Amino acid sequence: MIDRGDLWLVILGLGLGSFALRFLFLGLVGDRPLPEWLTRHLRYTAVAMMPALVAPLVAWPAATGGQTDPLRLLATAATLGVGLLTKNVILAILSGAVAMVAGGYLLG
Amino acid sequence: MPTPSSNYWQGFQAGLPFLLVIAPFGTLFGVLATEAGLTVFETLSFSVVVIAGAAQFVSLQMLQDHVPTLIVLASALAVNLRMAMYSAAITPHLGGLPLWKRALSAYFLVDQTYAASALEFEKHPEKTLAQKFAFFMGAMTPICPPWYAFTLLGAWLGEAVPADFGLDFALPIAFLAMIAPALRTGAHVVAALVATLATLLLAFLPYNLGVLCAATLGMAAGAETERRMQK
Repeated sequence: MIDRGDLWLVILGLGLGSFALRFLFLGLVGDRPLPEWLTRHLRYTAVAMMPALVAPLVAWPAATGGQTDPLRLLATAATLGVGLLTKNVILAILSGAVAMVAGGYLLG
Repeated sequence: MPTPSSNYWQGFQAGLPFLLVIAPFGTLFGVLATEAGLTVFETLSFSVVVIAGAAQFVSLQMLQDHVPTLIVLASALAVNLRMAMYSAAITPHLGGLPLWKRALSAYFLVDQTYAASALEFEKHPEKTLAQKFAFFMGAMTPICPPWYAFTLLGAWLGEAVPADFGLDFALPIAFLAMIAPALRTGAHVVAALVATLATLLLAFLPYNLGVLCAATLGMAAGAETERRMQK
């Protein structure tokens, strides 16, 4: 169970922080350009953060008590594979879900 | 001479295709949040106050893992750092607006409103400030209010879905699906691979600090690869 204080702290803190990031330049900095090295790093925040977060969830799923699980590896491969081939987020999610459900029946 | 309202409708049409992304993701967030024990009101507040899909999923996952609040905030804000880039990129177009309109635009500045507007403003730099603001508000309309609405729908659905439904893996699947199309260049692939390897090697670190360190290493690797490829 998530602690109520923690939850609201995250909702409000994240709301304020995200607004600050969005307002930073539009509201405060004006149209002065960012240093090159900074924008170069910022371009890779999403593609670095997402795999960093998701890889441990794939390798050691909490639902199986941290044991590597063939079913979840299969769903991962299906999602990533279809995502890379089609560049279509929704299709990739559906493939992962189908692999998860179908694999669940086959692997028992 | 186009009127502000026709720019509003142009924006609306530019934003409309993103509804195909907003609807399933908003619904999924609503379902997962209620599965995690959030009330309908808490779930809706999350989407209205934060209004950033990926960061909401990240913080929800970490809250469930009982990660300390400061680490949750740092990780989710790191996911949202790209918003600062959007803010910088949109400033030459909307920076002349009065403060309250800039604040309003900043609140609605998300991946999809940015994508729709940046494309249009680059194609039509001759648009006036008022026309650009009208376009932006038009693009926001089929993106942001539906984000709240589908979160709410998901929250109601989530209350009806039994808790043990293999939903634990819905979130990783959603992330994995978002990663693949984001791997646009070799540098993006390097960033993702380094982050993946580092997060697995650093998993022993407490408080999910391994995730933050791995993401930082991934960013540095991506930036460095890009710099070398330009030479």
